[in-house]
Amino acid sequence: MKAPPFIYHRPETLDEALALLTEHGDDAKVLAGGQSLIPLMGLRMGRPAHVVDIGRVPKLDAIHVDSDGAVTIGALVRHEQANKSPAIAEHAPLIAQTMPWVAHRAIRTRGTVVGSIAHADPAAEMPAVVLATQATMTATSTRGDRTIAANDFFEGYLDTALEADEILTSVTFPAWPANAVSAVTEVARRHGDYALVGFVGKLVVGDDNVITDAALAFLGAASTAVRVTAAEAVLQGAPANDESFAAAAEVVSAELEPPSDIHGSTAYRKHLAGTLTLRGLQSAANRIGASA
Amino acid sequence: MTDTTSNTDTPRLQAERDAGGSIVDLSVTVNGTHHQVSVEARRPLSDVIREDIGLTGTHLGCEHGVCGACTVLIDGEPARSCLMLGAQAEGTEITTIEGLAGPDGELHPIQQAMMEAHGFQCAFCAPGFLMSAVALLDENPDPTTAEIREELSGNLCRCTGYQSIVAGVETAVRVMKESGK
Repeated sequence: MKAPPFIYHRPETLDEALALLTEHGDDAKVLAGGQSLIPLMGLRMGRPAHVVDIGRVPKLDAIHVDSDGAVTIGALVRHEQANKSPAIAEHAPLIAQTMPWVAHRAIRTRGTVVGSIAHADPAAEMPAVVLATQATMTATSTRGDRTIAANDFFEGYLDTALEADEILTSVTFPAWPANAVSAVTEVARRHGDYALVGFVGKLVVGDDNVITDAALAFLGAASTAVRVTAAEAVLQGAPANDESFAAAAEVVSAELEPPSDIHGSTAYRKHLAGTLTLRGLQSAANRIGASA
Repeated sequence: MTDTTSNTDTPRLQAERDAGGSIVDLSVTVNGTHHQVSVEARRPLSDVIREDIGLTGTHLGCEHGVCGACTVLIDGEPARSCLMLGAQAEGTEITTIEGLAGPDGELHPIQQAMMEAHGFQCAFCAPGFLMSAVALLDENPDPTTAEIREELSGNLCRCTGYQSIVAGVETAVRVMKESGK
């Protein structure tokens, strides 16, 4: 038993959960799958006085596809549920590509997609997907719902725009463009472990093979997930070919200043980010015309 | 059903209350047997299984989700028992390594195959590997070597270098296909 003592709450309804957070605010943490919170408490990096376990709150485990193709994922949808979801495979191909990179199956069966976003670990995949797709976060409290744009959500290491009394109840990913292709790739010491650096990329490519939109997001490269807009600008309007991809990769390596730690130096991570950009964009381009 | 009243009065639980921690009454089914225990809310499922229920076949290596030794099945799906509060397992059906062999002691084909392939050396990691392998074969009775490696990638072994473990699972796949189990 490694976590410090806490008062445990297991609300049966969302209203009950929100009331608990209104009451205990800064002293409380929301527990969904627990795959980040439990080890954090075990390492005593987090010591909430109250833990609000939303695991029994009904209706939060739905994956909803809107009539326009936008996909909304509820707070209790587990990674493995998203991994196996035909709706995700069809309407959110980037999420489907991402899921196999998220940890190991025995963690994916418990950990939640939305919980990973709320936890905002810079080395996790989903925050980068949020940035690359410009997803919208829905935060709920006793004051009501509010939406938070992707670019406003991640504020720092494990820090987001969520207030202490809010639950991230769902995340909505905009409809996937018909002519978009994407790729996810990363380097980790062991597949499924936290990546040294990871790449999440999306390209929209016109019939003439010209890139009309590009999103390049990275994990493990800063204190939050980040996009490299200067490299995206290189791709915008350029032909989807190796030359463009190499130019973008060079900009990525130059722009990013990943932190140095025992697993890899800043210089190595910069190099990896460029290499992964080139590989990822080539892999995405191989999908042009392949699906939809 | 066990009377939990006396249990909640143990010095351990009293100390937890004094320290500001909750006690939860937990009801779980482990390997087909129903258990009712009162434990600290912060107690991980792994400790509940080993210390409160007394099934010590589930091993604890790192206790923070890296090594996979504590992997059990929760309602048929693999999970790290060290990364779950016991309280989160309320009402679930858990299968541990002790639940693999038949009631007469006949080994599960994966256990038998692993023995025949000399899959493990010290075998501290064995319960986690076996539960992960069972989860894989339940879902996909005919996995490729790559799929076996992918599924077992969440488990660490410090002895073997993994070759013999993968060979053991491959043997189990073959035996189970031949016997139609």
